[in-house]
Amino acid sequence: MKDIKVLGSGCANCKTTFARIEKAAQEKGVEISLEKVEDMAQIMSYGIMSTPGVVIDGKVVHAGGIPDRKKIELWL
Amino acid sequence: MFEQLANLLIYQLGGLSSNSHLGAALHFFVMDTAKIFVMLVIIIYIMGLFRTLLSPEKVREYIRGRSKALARILAIILGAVTPFCSCSSVPLFIGFVEAGIPLGVTFSFLIASPMINEVAVVLLMGIMGWKLTLLYVMAGLTVAYIGGVIIERFHPERWVEDYVWKIQMGEMAQPAVDTSLRGRHEFAKAEVQEIVGRIWLWVLIGVGAGAMFHGYFPESWAESLTGKDNFLAVPMAVILGIPLYSNAVGVIPLAEAMLMKGVAIGTTLALMMSIAAISLPELLILRKVIRLPGLLLFVSVLTIAIILVGWLFNVLI
Repeated sequence: MKDIKVLGSGCANCKTTFARIEKAAQEKGVEISLEKVEDMAQIMSYGIMSTPGVVIDGKVVHAGGIPDRKKIELWL
Repeated sequence: MFEQLANLLIYQLGGLSSNSHLGAALHFFVMDTAKIFVMLVIIIYIMGLFRTLLSPEKVREYIRGRSKALARILAIILGAVTPFCSCSSVPLFIGFVEAGIPLGVTFSFLIASPMINEVAVVLLMGIMGWKLTLLYVMAGLTVAYIGGVIIERFHPERWVEDYVWKIQMGEMAQPAVDTSLRGRHEFAKAEVQEIVGRIWLWVLIGVGAGAMFHGYFPESWAESLTGKDNFLAVPMAVILGIPLYSNAVGVIPLAEAMLMKGVAIGTTLALMMSIAAISLPELLILRKVIRLPGLLLFVSVLTIAIILVGWLFNVLI
């Protein structure tokens, strides 16, 4: 099971990103553990400065802006 | 090219006369929307290619450790060309602080970024011509520069929330950017789709407002409601702009209407800058890292800097 974290301080783009990943996973029937990280110190510990960021299994795969569908499907 | 297109559509196929108000307005609308959309696609695409080379993380690396003047100029230029969602202000701020970049430089970046973006520049160019566009960009860069310098004099470090100093940034591997030509092209294409999809309605409204004035605005009304000599016009425009919030794109139709009504250029530019640069949502976000006195300083310095630039333009032009 993939462990996915969405990093962001609760802005609209971060929520959209979260929802998109959730939806894509459901549609593909992939089981994931999805989590929002809103604590700034924790976000910064991943070394990113633009949110939303996406971390999969501890690895930063995306930073800044809403990831498009194709990209999300690739992750899953 | 765009004029021929509009001629063909409105006068020849539509059968409207170029002497009628409706004909003139529609002609202007078709010509301007066609021109602006073509320019938008080209410029966003080029900027998209350019952006595959740039991210806030990289900007930070470019700026850190430079002499202050150079750091500030870099910060402003990079701020003008790097887009970032205002929700990223906080991580960006912390990231800059953590890299030892002076706070004044960080503020310059925070001022330049929302004020100047490529979409606003294209719209300004399409609607108001390149001279005014150049003025707006220069005014924005100037305000960002002096704003940062002045804020620094007040030692804003004392208003930064304590936890900010303690955060350690991780040195995680960043997402790999596809650096092949194809990857860059894909990124730029996605940028065009995303941005045009988000703003096309604004563009139509903006050009539509312009077209209406073009066809219907009686010349006699255009006498100055707010003259150049009206000393208070600029401060009033700036203060009016503080509670108003929109991005630089949404402001342009309003600015055009003001210019049509004979409001002086400096006054109009001042209102545009004030609306774009000083926004309540952004201040609320920045409050997470800067205490109230620091924010008040930020707003006051920006207000004064914008007023000065507005006056300067009114005197010069």
